[in-house]
Amino acid sequence: MAIVFEKPKALTDAVLHYCPGCPHGIIHRLVAEAIDELGIEGRTIGVAPVGCAVMAYDYFTCDMIEAAHGRAPATATGIKRCRPDNIVFTYQGDGDLASIGMAETVHAAARNENITIIFVNNAIYGMTGGQMAPTSLPGQVTQTSPYGRDVKLCGWPIKVCELLSTQDGPEYIARVAVNNVKNVKAAGKAIKKAFQNQIDGKGFSLVEVVSACPTNWGTTPQQALSWVESDMLPYYPLGVYKDRSAEKEGK
Amino acid sequence: MAERVLMKGNEAIAEAAIRSGCRHYFGYPITPQTEVAAYMAKRMPKIDGVFLQAESEIASINMVYGAAAAGMRVMTSSSSPGISLMGEGLSYIAGSDVPAFVVNVQRGGPGLGGIQPSQSDYFQATRGGGHGDYHMIVLAPASVQEMASLTVKGFNLADKYSMIAMILADGTIGQMMEPISFEDVEIEHYDKPWALTGTQCQRRHNIVNSLYLQPDVLEKKNFERYEKYRAVEENEALHESYMMDDAEVCVVAFGIASRVAKNAVVAARAEGIKAGLIRPITLWPFPKKALSEAADQVKSFLSVELSMGQMVEDIQLATGCRRPVSLCNRVGGMIPSPDQVLASIRKAAKGEN
Repeated sequence: MAIVFEKPKALTDAVLHYCPGCPHGIIHRLVAEAIDELGIEGRTIGVAPVGCAVMAYDYFTCDMIEAAHGRAPATATGIKRCRPDNIVFTYQGDGDLASIGMAETVHAAARNENITIIFVNNAIYGMTGGQMAPTSLPGQVTQTSPYGRDVKLCGWPIKVCELLSTQDGPEYIARVAVNNVKNVKAAGKAIKKAFQNQIDGKGFSLVEVVSACPTNWGTTPQQALSWVESDMLPYYPLGVYKDRSAEKEGK
Repeated sequence: MAERVLMKGNEAIAEAAIRSGCRHYFGYPITPQTEVAAYMAKRMPKIDGVFLQAESEIASINMVYGAAAAGMRVMTSSSSPGISLMGEGLSYIAGSDVPAFVVNVQRGGPGLGGIQPSQSDYFQATRGGGHGDYHMIVLAPASVQEMASLTVKGFNLADKYSMIAMILADGTIGQMMEPISFEDVEIEHYDKPWALTGTQCQRRHNIVNSLYLQPDVLEKKNFERYEKYRAVEENEALHESYMMDDAEVCVVAFGIASRVAKNAVVAARAEGIKAGLIRPITLWPFPKKALSEAADQVKSFLSVELSMGQMVEDIQLATGCRRPVSLCNRVGGMIPSPDQVLASIRKAAKGEN
C-alpha cells in the first residue's frame, strides 16, 4: 500500500504530553517538516524553553538542550557562536520569550544572531496552570487576573513582532496562526523560511505562532480556535513584519 | 626558563585562558575585572575566537551554558553582583553536568557594595551559589602567577570532572601587576560524547538537560553527582604550608589576605611565637585533611579574611572544633595590616580570642 501521510523524520516516536486540542503538536510537526524538507536534521541543535514545551527535547530527533526560563536565545547564541555550521533553533512560549526572556530576545535580534526562533503565543502561562501572560488580552480572565486583565493595573499586552520589527538588527519577523488549514499551511511556509534564512546566513528569524490553550482558557478546542479568530487575531494581526532581504530586492 | 612578562592579574587570567584553548568568552562589564573582557576583545578576533559582550550577566552565563553544551572550552568573568545574577545559570550548568570556567574578582558587598577588594563571596562560591545541591571547584590565587596557573588548572579540572571551575580572586590580585611566565601550560583533553554537535544522522540525539520530573530519577542524578564530588574532594584539594613544622598557632588565609598573613607569621616568629600558615589554594574542595592534621599539632587557629568570617566555619568543621579558631578580618574593601594580623597572632598564642 502506498504511504500517503507519515510522521516527519525529525520527530521521535515519543507520545506528546500536550493537552487534548493543544496546537503545540501541530507546531512541532511544522518545525519537523521544515527540518525534513531542508535536509538539516543531522546538523540541527534545538533549544527547549521552560513552559509547556519544556520537554520538546524528547520530541525532536536532533541534538537538544533545555534552557533556563527565557534564556533560550542566549543559550542558542552560545551554541551558534561555537558551531556556526550547525542550525540552531529555539522553541519558546509567550511567558518565556516576552516576559522573563525579553532582554535575551531583543538583544539576540539586535545582534542579528543567525538563529531561528519559533515563538508560540497562546496568551497564557499554560504549564503553571493558566496565569496572565505578557500577551494576555485586555479583559482576559486568567488565574492571576480573575476579574479580567485590567490594563490600568497590569499594563498592555506586548506585541513582539511589532516591537522587534522596529529594530535594525533582525532579518525576518513574521506572525502566523494555526487555527485553520489555510493558516497552518502559511505557518509552515514561514517556519521553513525562518530556517532557510539561517542556512543562507541571513540572520535572526522569528516566527510568532498565534496558538490556543483550551485547557487554561476553559474552552473546548473548537471554541478556542474560534476565540483565536475573533479576539486574538484582531489584536495580533498576521503578516510579515520584517523581511530585510525582500526589502532589499524591492519586493 | 620561559620569558617573564609583567602583567595585571586580570590580564593573566585572560592570556592563560587563551593558552588553555579557550576560544569563547561571553561577559558583561563590571569593576574590578573589566581587563579580562578588554583583553579578550582585543585578542579573540586575531585567533579566530569569539568575544561577545552580552546584554547582562544572566545572558553571559546562559551563553556559556550553550557553548559548554556544544563541547567548547568557554569562560565568563565578573565580580560579586554579577556573579549573583549568574546564580541561575551556574545551577543549570551544574545540573546539566557540563564544564565551564568562571571568574569572580570579588568586590565588597552586600548589594552594590563597593569596588574595592573583598572575599565575602566565599560562602556563595564554596556552597554553589545558585539553587539546588551542587558544588563548583573553587580556586583561590594569591599572586598574578597563580591567576595564570590556576586558570590553566581550572580549565583542565572543569573538563576532567565535567563541572564548573571558578577562580575566586579579589580586586587586589586582579588589579596588581607582577612578573609571570606561562611555561607550565599543559592542556588535558577529555572526551565529550554528550556534546551537542548535530547527530549527522549517525547517532541517537544528545540531550543536555537538568530537568528530571521523576523524583527517584532526580534523586539518583544527585547521588551520582555527589559521587563525583567525593572524588574531587579526595583528589583535588590543594594548599600551601608555610612554617608549619613546629607551629603552635596556625594562621589560615587565602588570596591577598594570605600575603599579609605571611608577613605577620614572619614577624611573629621574630618575637619567638611559633606561628605558621596554611593557605588553602582550593576553597572547594577545602583542604580538610591538612587542617585536621594541623589540629593534632597546634594550640589554636586564626582565620584571616576579608569578610565577616566565612572560611572560619570551614576551619571549625575541618578540625571538628578541637582547637579554638579566632578571626582577624577587615571588610568593605579594607585590608588588614600585618600589624593587625600580628596582634591577633599574639592573642591566639596566649589562648585569647
